Amino acid sequence: MKVVITASGPTLAEPIDLHFGRAKYFILADTETGRAKAHDNTPNLQARQGAGVQSAETVANLGAEVVVTGSVGPKAYRALQAAGIKIALVEAVCPGTEALRRFKDNELPVLDKPNSEGHWV
Amino acid sequence: MPLTIAIASGKGGTGKTTVAVHLAAWLAEQGRPVHYLDCDVEEPNGHLFLRPKWTVEEEVSIPVPAVDHDRCTRCGKCAAVCEFNAIAMLNKPLVFPELCHGCGGCTLVCPVQAIREVPRVIGTMATGRAGKIQFTQGRLNVGEPLAPPVIRAVQARRAPDAIALLDAPPGAACPAVATARGADVIILVTEPTPFGLHDLELAIATFRPLQKPLGVVVNRADADRRVQEYCAGAGIPILAELPAERRVAELYARGELLFAALPPWRDMFAKLWQQIKALQ
Amino acid sequence: MKELVIISGKGGTGKTSLTASFAALYPSAVLADCDVDAADLHLILQPKIRRREKFRSGHAAVICAEACTGCGRCAEVCRFGAIAVAEPDETGRRLHSVAPTACEGCGVCVWNCPAQAIDFPEQECGEWFLSGTRHGPLVHARLVPGSENSGKLVSLVREQARQLAQQEDREVVLVDGPPGVGCPVIAALTGAQGVLVVTEPTVAGEHDLHRVLQLADHFRIPAAVCLNKWDLHPEQAARMEKAARAAGATPVGRIRYDDAFTAAQRQGRAVVETEASALGDDIRAVWTNWCAITGVTP
Repeated sequence: MKVVITASGPTLAEPIDLHFGRAKYFILADTETGRAKAHDNTPNLQARQGAGVQSAETVANLGAEVVVTGSVGPKAYRALQAAGIKIALVEAVCPGTEALRRFKDNELPVLDKPNSEGHWV
Repeated sequence: MPLTIAIASGKGGTGKTTVAVHLAAWLAEQGRPVHYLDCDVEEPNGHLFLRPKWTVEEEVSIPVPAVDHDRCTRCGKCAAVCEFNAIAMLNKPLVFPELCHGCGGCTLVCPVQAIREVPRVIGTMATGRAGKIQFTQGRLNVGEPLAPPVIRAVQARRAPDAIALLDAPPGAACPAVATARGADVIILVTEPTPFGLHDLELAIATFRPLQKPLGVVVNRADADRRVQEYCAGAGIPILAELPAERRVAELYARGELLFAALPPWRDMFAKLWQQIKALQ
Repeated sequence: MKELVIISGKGGTGKTSLTASFAALYPSAVLADCDVDAADLHLILQPKIRRREKFRSGHAAVICAEACTGCGRCAEVCRFGAIAVAEPDETGRRLHSVAPTACEGCGVCVWNCPAQAIDFPEQECGEWFLSGTRHGPLVHARLVPGSENSGKLVSLVREQARQLAQQEDREVVLVDGPPGVGCPVIAALTGAQGVLVVTEPTVAGEHDLHRVLQLADHFRIPAAVCLNKWDLHPEQAARMEKAARAAGATPVGRIRYDDAFTAAQRQGRAVVETEASALGDDIRAVWTNWCAITGVTP
């Protein structure tokens, strides 16, 4: 399964970034092969508005089936739903490796509604 | 067409609405046709002083896209051209109307005409009369970010045969500029404090590129002359100095016009009007 | 970490002066001036700038005069009235140009121009600064006059202030917010833990308080209300406090009408930094009461 982890740096050793829409990196991990690849999300961070929507489009294009993150605003949530991408919720900052392990062990709850007001712009 | 005057200020709370409503009231007393257009659509306050009776209320909307998914070929061009990220391509185009600025770009670019535009209400507009004063105000719905479309809608209601007074939003950003663009002359209301002077400088930098005559009204004028000195140096005329009096603040608090209780204010506005005409 | 935002709805009610006093009373906060259209907090806090960065946002259309054929397609597609048309030149061509103050940055003219004569450069809209002040670090900004998208600059200032608070282990970010209820205010409010509305007992203050409390409620942010210049109209002040309670907000105090408020500003000081006065006591009480509802130890 292809999982995207929102991260503050380019490897899974870095702490995860709890904010989906304005995460610095998306790390695409393949749970079967164990491979991970970083995607720099800086262009979306600089969007004049709608960063969360753009981020959702980006992870959809990466082929993700699940996003592991801490908070998702209403617009990003709607976009991820439309793309059929599930959201697994991490409540506190931890290394990306830890977040991925907990996801694989089914320890992370699935988010079924937006849990942040987001930042409007 | 008679004069269109924008009454603006860098800093909020300097007396912009006070100047606008008294100028309107004075002009009406002189028998001049006047139309008050409240373009401070985030916080329209002019009506609290002039108390118009509304005759027409209308909604203000912007056109946003609606996608016909049967006709759509999923080419993704609409999402690619949108500068505002209001359309995302997620298997099919997904529209976020709250991000749309109504530019119409997606409708134009769609090769199969699968997008039509539908109105999305972002505010309201009311028109009426306060005695002899024609009155129009815009009001942005709470939670909506985009003021300029409501401001443009208000300005489009301007009566062609009356002097138009545009009560502008405070600040020096796009809503204030959207208002001032429609004026022949711009009056900046300030107060003699460090904040007042600093924000006046910003406002002058904002409005000067519009190349319209500018003048300054100093409200709550006292012994601090730094605003007057700055304006002299910048070559911007002081049109009036309105004195600082606690009684004025108390009448303002109650939403009362000053002329009845403080007759000298009538003369101050008569002089202000002469100065505005000379500015043109 | 808590982000506490001070706004006013109506401008000129004393929001920035109060923020400066709170900064003096609680020097361990990170300060953020989010009134980026007309930033004034620095006039009191006299920051020393340690870092400055350009702020870019969006694009604006610019028509290249040599390439323009005068066909008029740009004016046809622009919905913002931003295209100006000149008188015909000696060849009969009507040169088109973009009024920068009216351009929305949508790009519709750019990709509809049959001569590809329109550039679309990114806009430099201002600068933001990270500074030191006598009451702790300050993140502030300057918007290029007339620029749009101050909302994004507000978000950026807040984000920098939050990061700084995390790095320096500071519990509170104090945000001086913009007036109004539109884009910059929404950007200053979303996701904050508390908002204080500084208002005055005037008909305009009452009207705007109602709207700004609706906004706070819309974004589910616990709101407190303080009445500045309350003695201008005591009955109105009481009425507004009652209305605030009905709207789910908590009144946290009243501040008297006093020329010392402006006098302190003229000296470049916060009111509580000037000699002891009843006015200063009013402001201290507001801070203490607000702390009690936001869970900050004053």
